[in-house]
Amino acid sequence: MHYTFNIERGNFTDAGQASSSVKRTLKQLGVDPANIKRTVVALFEAEINAVAHAYGGTIDVDIDGEKIVMVVADQGPGIPNLDLAMQEGWSTASAKVREMGYGAGMGLPNIKKNSDELKIDTEVGVGTTVTMTVYLT
Amino acid sequence: MKVKEIAKLVDGEIVGAPVDETYEVKKAFASDLMSDVLRFHMDDTVLITGLCNNQTMRTSEMADLRVVLIGRDKQPDEDMLELAEDADITIIKSKYSIFKLSGILYAAGLEPLY
Repeated sequence: MHYTFNIERGNFTDAGQASSSVKRTLKQLGVDPANIKRTVVALFEAEINAVAHAYGGTIDVDIDGEKIVMVVADQGPGIPNLDLAMQEGWSTASAKVREMGYGAGMGLPNIKKNSDELKIDTEVGVGTTVTMTVYLT
Repeated sequence: MKVKEIAKLVDGEIVGAPVDETYEVKKAFASDLMSDVLRFHMDDTVLITGLCNNQTMRTSEMADLRVVLIGRDKQPDEDMLELAEDADITIIKSKYSIFKLSGILYAAGLEPLY
């Protein structure tokens, strides 16, 4: 199964809709609750990151019997120093993002913790693509 | 502790999704930082927070929270209530501060998350 969602810059009213929709689908498919939890937490963190930092983008989710692959691709500023961004507590979030309860520098580390595979391709001034895989078996 | 017992202890009002009378809350976690809420397992936990916006509900949904206690007399708007109902999350709103809410529920026997 394949699902695609759009990400709108700075839209914190709708941010999380894609993750919510994926969560409902996984529940309907009878996926184990622990796997649902880590899938949607990883996806939600990536979705919030893209809404907070990028200029727009897409989320593609593929689900089969063995795994869930989620690709969050944005057009945005890119990540100048990925090693720093992977450190807990390091953040470039704006005041608006912090008002929403985010921006603690926990996003990427939490994505890593909740996914089985994580690949980040980023180019400054172009954008970032985060690919997360969760194995179901 | 049942949801209605919590509401009574904090002089709160229940809104959002209807109360599940069988649901037993065992732990509490107080945070205005949603990033932290996403870091922990929230089984049988009530989130105590002063952050009152759509993202409080979205984060709670992802964290599998079923009860959110909103303090400091913050008022959830219609969007937030709709999200709560869709995600089956019961909201208790209270006029008390987060410190006071935490103290009351700790004294009444709820365990800290860690």
